[in-house]
Amino acid sequence: MSFLTMVYAYLYYFAALVLLAGLTFKVTQYARTPAPLKIPTTPAPTTRSGVVFRMTREVVLFESLFRGNKWTWIFGWIFHFGLFLVTLRHLRYFMEPVWLPIELVQPFGIYGGMAMVVGLAGLWARRFFVDRVRYISSPSDHLILALLIAIGSTGLLMKFVFHTDVVAVKSFFIGLYRFDPQPLPGDPLLLLHLFLVAALMIIFPYSKLLHAPGLFFSPSRNQVDNPRERRHIAPWAKRLEQE
Amino acid sequence: MAKATFEVPELSQYLDVPPVTPQTMAHSKPFVAKPEFQAPLGFPGELMDDWQEKALDKMGELLGKYRSLRVYLDSCVKCGSCTDKCHYYLGTKDPKNMPVGRQDLMRKVYRRYFTLAGKLFPKLVGAEDFTKEVLDDWYSYYHQCSQCRRCSVFCPYGIDTAEISMAAREIMDSIGVGQKYCNEIISKVYTIGNNLGLPGPALRDTLEGLEEDVLDDTGVAVRYPIDEVGAEILLVTPSADFFAEPHVDGLIGYGKVFHEAGVSWTLSSHASEAANFGMFIGSYENMRRVAQRIREAAIQLKVKRIVFGECGHAWRVAYSFLNTLAGPWDFLDPRYPVPQHICEFTYDLIQEGKLTFDKGENDDKVLTYHDSCNVARASRMGNTPGGQFEIPRAIIRATCNHFYDMDEDTIRDRTFCCGGGGGLLTDDLMELRVKGAKPRVEALNNVMLEKGVTHMAAICAICKSQFTKVLPYYGMEMDQIVSLHQLVSNAIVLTPVLDDEDDEEEAEEAA
Repeated sequence: MSFLTMVYAYLYYFAALVLLAGLTFKVTQYARTPAPLKIPTTPAPTTRSGVVFRMTREVVLFESLFRGNKWTWIFGWIFHFGLFLVTLRHLRYFMEPVWLPIELVQPFGIYGGMAMVVGLAGLWARRFFVDRVRYISSPSDHLILALLIAIGSTGLLMKFVFHTDVVAVKSFFIGLYRFDPQPLPGDPLLLLHLFLVAALMIIFPYSKLLHAPGLFFSPSRNQVDNPRERRHIAPWAKRLEQE
Repeated sequence: MAKATFEVPELSQYLDVPPVTPQTMAHSKPFVAKPEFQAPLGFPGELMDDWQEKALDKMGELLGKYRSLRVYLDSCVKCGSCTDKCHYYLGTKDPKNMPVGRQDLMRKVYRRYFTLAGKLFPKLVGAEDFTKEVLDDWYSYYHQCSQCRRCSVFCPYGIDTAEISMAAREIMDSIGVGQKYCNEIISKVYTIGNNLGLPGPALRDTLEGLEEDVLDDTGVAVRYPIDEVGAEILLVTPSADFFAEPHVDGLIGYGKVFHEAGVSWTLSSHASEAANFGMFIGSYENMRRVAQRIREAAIQLKVKRIVFGECGHAWRVAYSFLNTLAGPWDFLDPRYPVPQHICEFTYDLIQEGKLTFDKGENDDKVLTYHDSCNVARASRMGNTPGGQFEIPRAIIRATCNHFYDMDEDTIRDRTFCCGGGGGLLTDDLMELRVKGAKPRVEALNNVMLEKGVTHMAAICAICKSQFTKVLPYYGMEMDQIVSLHQLVSNAIVLTPVLDDEDDEEEAEEAA
């Protein structure tokens, strides 16, 4: 095993561990923290299935953002949907044989990659040109956009300009599962791409990327509007009653 | 026009988003609570020496108690969707009044002390030490949030700045930095029973006066009872209803509706306040203590139902929290929701055809309706989502001939706060209140010009007090704001009461 392959193998073991452990920790933390009061933003659904529908609209369509700001919505949605397609396309590197749906999505994944970069560029432009958004942006907000754009661009460059040995890349990742890493091609663009993705995985549980699990735990969105019908009380509040 | 020591914003026809102008409201601070108003609430009297450590402890405690706080501090991606939604930003141009700007005052401290990224790379992620300057900013800007939740409507993650403001005020209270207005009022509720500090005898006196006035006006003996054991309904209403225009006209209206419904009802001198300022300061314990008074009154007066009068945040606490704070209500009549809003009560009677109105009585007015923020975005009326918008409008349409809504972007769940909610209805925040009212007054002004609207109805004591005070700054009349049940009161056709004995016989027959 070459030194390079070893470095990247350990990098990905580390990144996967941080991502999984970090996310598990945060999700457990969110799930264990009580929501002592009913605070759905109303009008809110009065049934569980209604909440599932509301949440689905938020996750798939970004409904609230659509109501809030059309430019941010269009760029944000293009980016996220593009990223979704790209992720599906990349699943082929992690499975053998490749599932049919993943095979079918391959061409769309390429458009997804382009859409992703376009969306990100639009979002980044807003951070410079809209004074209110400029005011609230900290260096990390710019850096995360830069990171994602760099990931998208290096990926697209490999697809269209500087091809790499994708078969070898796949055997590298499949090898990681068996703790038997196969040689990773030494193309600089590939190494950069993979390094940036690992960096993204590592910062995920420590950054605003937590908005992904956070949305599902947001009481203003995930609560059923039924406080008069059912008594809602947190364990720590229940203890006050026993005093 | 009222005199102002600050520049009153100019109204425009369209909502324009102002350019970011830092620090325009950095000077705005409400009076700090004196030690004697802190103690009854269980808070230290003045800023402690080791305040920073204590504040961070409290913050850690709240992060473990409130999922909202934890998730909201983590999840913001700074997308900017909320930045032009707060009426205080639109009215003051101060970026710390953008919802995310306000949240970031706490988020930067959270990141510094509670996240790995903020501990290692504070500059990179916008984390900051909790210094005295930051605390001063907290005191200033967390008292420039009316907890109206408009930002949460537009946030892709539903982040509600109200939750963060409440937590910030709770943390400040816990280190001895309380706000005079809220904490003094809560003390009054504990000692006297209501926010205005009106004792039982004063209430009885007022209510007797109302009975006389209504008899003189209508020739019908409508009762305004208090502390009557065995009445069917306990009415809990904001204490402003006992005392000031246009609130009291609403109370007169509730009495007339009960009269026509033929149900017995009573107020309580123990729970003579619907408002619960415990929510404003984010204190679960104090909110619970205030709410328990309603439970105590319901038990003591042996009532079967609880109805709330017109009050916005009171209705939030009542509808969304009362079951949690003071339930279960298994000793009340299970056929009715607990609690009910007076608008639900009146609306049901209208649906059943039990009320007769002479709409012509309101023909001197062309009306619009202000959706109070906490009713609109933090509660419901009736059985279907959005009933809180439809029911009050249905009552206005049943009692008035001329009604026009304001611009769609400024009503229902996108309604603008009056500018005085969330514990800010105090004269030491007058500049903030006037500027914060701008988006709402602008929309009102537009329907006045386009539709000839003369009056705006509301169902919140804070909205009514706020507009009474603020409309004159914009060259409008203070009495352009009216109670919803004032309109009901004007139009309702009362059934004359036979003498008492006949009444009782009828009641017996009916039973």
